[in-house]
Amino acid sequence: MNNNDTIRKTLIVAVSLCLVCSALISFSAVELRDLQEANKTLDKQSKILSAAGLLEEDKDVSVIFNSIQPRIVNLKTGLFDPSINLEDYDESSFARNPETSIELNSENDLALLKRRENFQTIYLHYDEDKLNAIILPVRGYGLWGTMKGYLAIESDLKTIIGLEFFDDKETPGLGGEINNPRWKAIWKGKEIYSDSGEVVISVIKGSVDKTNDESIYQVDGLSGATITSNGVTNLLSFWLGDMGYGPLIQNLKLKESIDV
Amino acid sequence: MSKAKQVLLNPIFNDNPIALQILGICSALAVTGTLYITLIMCVALTTVVTLSNFFVSLIRNHIPTNIRIIVQISIIATLVMLVDEVLQAYDYESSKTLSVFVGLIVTNCIVMGRAEAFAMKNGPLMSALDGFGNGLGYSIILIIIAVIREFIGAGTFYGFEIMPLTTNGGWYMANNFFLTPASSFFIIGFTIWALRQWKTDQIEEPEFKISKNSLEAERRPG
Repeated sequence: MNNNDTIRKTLIVAVSLCLVCSALISFSAVELRDLQEANKTLDKQSKILSAAGLLEEDKDVSVIFNSIQPRIVNLKTGLFDPSINLEDYDESSFARNPETSIELNSENDLALLKRRENFQTIYLHYDEDKLNAIILPVRGYGLWGTMKGYLAIESDLKTIIGLEFFDDKETPGLGGEINNPRWKAIWKGKEIYSDSGEVVISVIKGSVDKTNDESIYQVDGLSGATITSNGVTNLLSFWLGDMGYGPLIQNLKLKESIDV
Repeated sequence: MSKAKQVLLNPIFNDNPIALQILGICSALAVTGTLYITLIMCVALTTVVTLSNFFVSLIRNHIPTNIRIIVQISIIATLVMLVDEVLQAYDYESSKTLSVFVGLIVTNCIVMGRAEAFAMKNGPLMSALDGFGNGLGYSIILIIIAVIREFIGAGTFYGFEIMPLTTNGGWYMANNFFLTPASSFFIIGFTIWALRQWKTDQIEEPEFKISKNSLEAERRPG
């Protein structure tokens, strides 16, 4: 057997192994990128549809998604901003960049985000030219990490259709129950704003007393997951309030119809 | 029993990587919450350990001793990245749930252990068989843990409802402890005990003996 331990042989083996391995990985990454991207888009679209209760079992997600129109909205002014290309928008890079985001102080950072981007993509669902639902991306800190999801509201701008999380790090069986279909179903028909226009929707401790006048603004808490439940309340208060989509919702209320 | 058969079947019960060698415990705790995810993980690990054994063995006569660990790790890491890419392309949901744990196969002691202990000394085919056998040994323990955890923690088997949960209007109050990774410690412990009751040659000599109660010893000297 020849000697493997010379410097020459060591270098040859190391370099050729690196070349072969990197070639294999680059090849597979390039070959599979389209499929992976398609999966990501499909996953996102199905979560958006699911929040608005539009998912149908025998229908293709991308087909249903044709009835959805994404729009970029300026969160500060609450107006649609067509100057930003939908493809160029990326939530996390916008939220990091000081030019496209603002720093939140301890008073208004309810959802514990530290920074908030100045623009967001929202989704409008039209049913034969009539606005049917508005789907808003929301996120906030739970127990272990940021919970990201979509909140769908009706065109009356105060009634919730559904809340769907697509990314969370909550404890399975406790906080992870935010993904339980039975809990998600409670949200339908709940109202966000009180008569005076404040965000009052909240996840309470224990179950909601149906005879109470306030019950329309309340959702059953998740047992054993108080911090997660509070996190959901806080992220809704943040995103539906003045720092979130509040200005947008005010603007939409003033308009007769929503076509910008 | 022929050598090939022995190499393939021994790791399943006689020389199980988890139960006897106590390797790969990390992922046995982390990914055993539901059976489906566990099966994906088992397939991923078995693929990686089989192929890494094969390729390491293929070039074993050319690997310089000084850098042999790095060479093995490079091969394993490449395979793991390939598996991760394929999973993201063909089973996106599972890859999202498994997240970092596919990547962490690189650090799974079973893969590295078999490469160093077996593939460096045996031919490619035999090494691939050994890798596959160890993958099966790993899988069988993980599946046992996952079935128990999913059944007690969520009342389901492979996603099918067996015991309807109180949260879904049934009668079974789920034991949330079994949804946490810590429960796997106990299940692994009991599995090892059961295996050693069956195969008594696996029982180890205790390293320490507990001495007599000192108070008792004082009272009755001698």
